Amino acid sequence: MRYLAARALHSLFLLIGVSILCFLFASLAPGDFYSELSMTPQVSSGTISALRKNAGEDRPFVARYGSWVASVARGDFGYSLAFGAPAGPIVRERIGATLLLTVTATLLAWLIAVPWGVWSAASRGKWVDGTSRVILASFLSFPNLLLAIVLLAIAAQTGAFPIGGLASRDAASLTASARLRDTVWHLALPVAVLVAGMLPVIARHVRSAVAEALDSPFVLNARAQGIPRRRLLFRHALPAALNPLITLFGLSLGTLLSASLLVEVVVGWPGLGPLFLDAIMARDFAIVLAVVMLSTVFLIAGNLVADLLLYRFDPRIRVRS
Amino acid sequence: MKAAVIVLAALHAAILLAFVLAPYPYADQHRDYPYAPPSHVHFSGARPFVYGLAATAGGYTEERSRTYPVRFLVHGRLFGVDQPGVLFLFGTDGLGRDTFSRVLYGGQLSLLTGLLASAVALALGLLFGASAGYFGGWADRVLMRGGELTMAVPWLYLLLGVRAFLPLHIGTGETFLLLIAIIGGIGWFRPARLVRGIALSGRERPFVQAARGFGASHFYLLRRHVVPLTWGVLITQATVLIPQFVLAEVSLSFLGLGIGEPVPSWGNMLAEGRQYYAILEHPWLLAPGFALIPFLFGYLWIADGLSAKYRST
Repeated sequence: MRYLAARALHSLFLLIGVSILCFLFASLAPGDFYSELSMTPQVSSGTISALRKNAGEDRPFVARYGSWVASVARGDFGYSLAFGAPAGPIVRERIGATLLLTVTATLLAWLIAVPWGVWSAASRGKWVDGTSRVILASFLSFPNLLLAIVLLAIAAQTGAFPIGGLASRDAASLTASARLRDTVWHLALPVAVLVAGMLPVIARHVRSAVAEALDSPFVLNARAQGIPRRRLLFRHALPAALNPLITLFGLSLGTLLSASLLVEVVVGWPGLGPLFLDAIMARDFAIVLAVVMLSTVFLIAGNLVADLLLYRFDPRIRVRS
Repeated sequence: MKAAVIVLAALHAAILLAFVLAPYPYADQHRDYPYAPPSHVHFSGARPFVYGLAATAGGYTEERSRTYPVRFLVHGRLFGVDQPGVLFLFGTDGLGRDTFSRVLYGGQLSLLTGLLASAVALALGLLFGASAGYFGGWADRVLMRGGELTMAVPWLYLLLGVRAFLPLHIGTGETFLLLIAIIGGIGWFRPARLVRGIALSGRERPFVQAARGFGASHFYLLRRHVVPLTWGVLITQATVLIPQFVLAEVSLSFLGLGIGEPVPSWGNMLAEGRQYYAILEHPWLLAPGFALIPFLFGYLWIADGLSAKYRST
């Protein structure tokens, strides 16, 4: 329990550190939301400095950080100048779409990758393993960006999948089951791209972890006792190989908000990715900060969950602490 | 693995020699030939030649009446055709620029960004990691805690976030240096942690202890005994980091936050693919994306080979 408390405290400090660093960077940044305005000849420099003052940007760093923390506590995450509204609700609105995409993709990737990796490890040295390694390496070498563009072009050519968006325009009028089918239909393309990106990483880790476990004496013993192959692989070798996989799973959870950024931008998925990119282009730092902080919270939480799971499933760690 | 090294070296050499291999300079605009498809190279006997290209309402047709032989070592280039003939091996973009030439030139920026950023990351990683592990104490704690901050933020968000806080509109040279600094400055922590582990255990190795007993200075011990222990990790990390950093440059330039026109990089060339209908009409615009694949595959293969090698020893 002490171990967990220490980990949680450590995460909290990490979060505070990241927030101060981000805020510092944001305030040191040359140019802000109003610098684009100053290009317009009709807007005088007096107007702009009045606007800046109105937004409270002329206060010292500590005061601005303090009011930002207060606004985070309220759930506002600062005031987005481009939207003219608190950043928190705008970002929250987009999280659902991103999570729908990444949770589906992460689940699918793990469901495929674990048996794939185990099977590949079990047939080490045979042509099956060799082929699977080449396939995984090819997947890994095909840039996600390119795959997204190619699939999008194919979809546009054949009309088999919708392009962009989360739902059809008439989705509101559909029945529940039809709406579900509509969503799945829209999900298929971006999920396929994401799975193609995640699958090889996971499968390669599973393969090497299980391969290592298969080399240990207890597996030889189990085999000598006549335990069936499938049971040996999934009940004996896989649990023993779990340690690095749990860490990887934590990372999977942690990147739920960030893994799909590029893909979202390419396929026009209404999630955090396009919002973040637009905010960067508009120098709308409240949104940028909110998105960075939220995805950081996810990453840290993912690591924490991995630690918890390790504590639960790996007796060696429990004994040590 | 040997094959992968040879292929990669050849690909890098091709990119490096873009100014000889590319038939046209990267900014050359053939205004009469926007979105021209890849040229068909014909052979009469062993001599390659192309037909003249004529724009029609629906696209381009070959003019069988005019032929231009592909000549080698002309105009200071490896191959090309005489004016007014044109040779577009991968077609042209909307401004009539030769995609093949631009893929070669674009590779220079993309690969150089990856290579230099990895050099920065590895140098920082070696410096901080080795001194943190060797000296220990508060320096170790500060460096490792500081590095954890960069690991706490998702990689692409960190990259974009740092980029967001820097000026948007700056010259190509400055952007290039900025990209290297950002990517390398963000990526140093992973190699640093690995180097630190080695330095930590290396400090206790008998031969290091012996050298210390003979009165060797800290600097001598680090340079002569600790740093050489880390070569294996550094080389393996380089093969992992370079493709990752090349992809980082491609992603940033693709999103319009990296190297901008008219200088080509694989990222800003691919940005034309953000309009999928442009890709449908002119699939050859994806050439820079496909050019990435052999590089990524080669580096992956070498990284696998290296990590297997260093694990077994």
